Amino acid sequence: MTANRPRRRGRSDDGSREAPMVPRADFTSYYGRPVLKAPVWTDDIAYYFFLGGLSAGSSLLAAGADLTNRPALRRGTRVASLASIAAGAVFLIKDLGRPARFHHMLRVAKPTSPMSVGTWVLTAYGPAVGAAAAAELLPRSWRQRRLGRLLDGLARPAGLSAAALAPAVASYTAVLLSQTAVPAWSEAHEALPFVFTGSAMASAGGLAMIVAPVSEAGPARRLAAFGALVELAASRRLETGLGLVGEVFGTGRAHEELSRASTLTAGGLLGALLLGRRSRTAAVVSGAALLAGGWYERLGLLHAGVASTQDPKYVVVPQRERLDARGRAGAADDHLA
Amino acid sequence: MTLDNRLSGPLDDVAGEAGHTGHPPRMGFFTDTSVCIGCKACEVACKEWNLVPEDGLDLLGMSFDNTGSLGASSWRHVAFIEQAPVAVPDAAPRAVDLPMPSFTRPGDGTGAETRSDFRWLMSSDVCKHCTHAACLDVCPTGALFRTEFGTVVVQQDICNGCGYCVSACPYGVIDRREDDGRAFKCTLCYDRLKGGLEPACAKACPTESIQFGPLDELRERAAARVEQLHGAGVVEARLYGESPDDGVGGAGAFFLLLDEPEVYGLPPDPVVPAKMLPRMWRFAGAAAAAMLTAAAVAFAGKGPR
Repeated sequence: MTANRPRRRGRSDDGSREAPMVPRADFTSYYGRPVLKAPVWTDDIAYYFFLGGLSAGSSLLAAGADLTNRPALRRGTRVASLASIAAGAVFLIKDLGRPARFHHMLRVAKPTSPMSVGTWVLTAYGPAVGAAAAAELLPRSWRQRRLGRLLDGLARPAGLSAAALAPAVASYTAVLLSQTAVPAWSEAHEALPFVFTGSAMASAGGLAMIVAPVSEAGPARRLAAFGALVELAASRRLETGLGLVGEVFGTGRAHEELSRASTLTAGGLLGALLLGRRSRTAAVVSGAALLAGGWYERLGLLHAGVASTQDPKYVVVPQRERLDARGRAGAADDHLA
Repeated sequence: MTLDNRLSGPLDDVAGEAGHTGHPPRMGFFTDTSVCIGCKACEVACKEWNLVPEDGLDLLGMSFDNTGSLGASSWRHVAFIEQAPVAVPDAAPRAVDLPMPSFTRPGDGTGAETRSDFRWLMSSDVCKHCTHAACLDVCPTGALFRTEFGTVVVQQDICNGCGYCVSACPYGVIDRREDDGRAFKCTLCYDRLKGGLEPACAKACPTESIQFGPLDELRERAAARVEQLHGAGVVEARLYGESPDDGVGGAGAFFLLLDEPEVYGLPPDPVVPAKMLPRMWRFAGAAAAAMLTAAAVAFAGKGPR
């Protein structure tokens, strides 16, 4: 079938609107087969990214609520932070090829591996979040006992430690994706951390708008709105600022998920700004939209990366251009010499 | 030793850098594809020695290649490329006289005019055992390690199947075995090297297309071979992965190719992802700082509660 034409000549004349900005993709490959292995990570990893960001943003809100005396906001965000990081950890472990060996992550601390860095950040972060939330979850009858008083006293320092680590929890995942050979993720290394932290702020703010009364949720609305703006801007940059590989953010399943994410996030942003202050119902609906936006954002990022490994052009074309440019520069140098 | 050289760029003593003292010289493969006959003895020998399971008996419709690519259960992969001769920019006459063991050349018996305008490229691909190995950089369990021979090996009793190495490898070599959950790749026959033997694939190769030895020696041999081929008019012969100045600091397993790397399914200019690591952390740091600041501002605001 293809035996007589092993050299696939791919062309980017699919009529996509990016075409004028992107160099023509004339390239050679081995029977059109992928050069790279597709990531083996499943959607579980996207769920973890979402939940980790949600927890991180919630920890920041909880610390702020604690310091500014907003008890309902504090309580809701502390519990949300623990619940989401615990659920995230489950997805993280479930996605391993050998889940029973998850503790092998704790054998080494390796600065060249963002996953190892993240493991240790989470190891410090998880218990801090747990201690802060434990104080909130304590049955009333326990509060006067010694354990209850100890937990109460620990809650603020634990919550502040969690908040200090939270930005790292929300952003290390961007480096984790970027430090791969996956073209879409590595090319996106400038924008990706802002997508992750922006989305973390938006979803945590959204959840806080759901769990806290309108009267205490002012900071949550402001954080959600700022986060949503950052997420939308950074996410836009993925589609338009990355050259050829930007295509994968604008096509297929990733495109569907990312546009759904943008619509939901933008809707949530407007709701939070215009109506979040006036009505609890509007706050809940806007918060839910922001959460769903963050959820789809992570799924879209995952699937864009997978798509960029499946077509060899995203590997071959940029590398070939780089190589040829270097060859031309070398030839020019030789000429001058 | 600067941080830069630890993440990318030339590195003279990879095993020493990994902490080995009094170690043997760096060992590697030089795969000279100009003499590969596509017999796949390397694939078979590798499977036999390393007890690598079968990974799908498919007919792929790609010349004689039914292996397809390297993977968790294919540690050698022979690529077959059938092609009309490529136009050589220098317009040198195309040579057909590959110095081979003394057999009559195809078409000799019937005269040159009956030869078809066609060539067959065959190449046995393998893990590159990079100077800066992406899989090793990102492995969060320490399952992947640098041996005293400068090669890169997975410890199967440690690997927990996180899958990071799979996405990190710029050559698409390492993969997770789905029914097993762990990541697997070529070990450069670490066990055989320990016992003073050469890797199974090199041992089985009948044309010495796969050559095993100290990397320094292989580089000299490869340079001489390229010169010889160029002298014979095979101007398209080039080395791939041999230069310590390339994106992975040079490969421990490098190749002599007769066309562009991408023709063989190899990335033309692979770069170890860790090269950009400091820059990536700077952007992440900026995003993290913005998040912390935004939270502080959200609470400091004099607006409604």
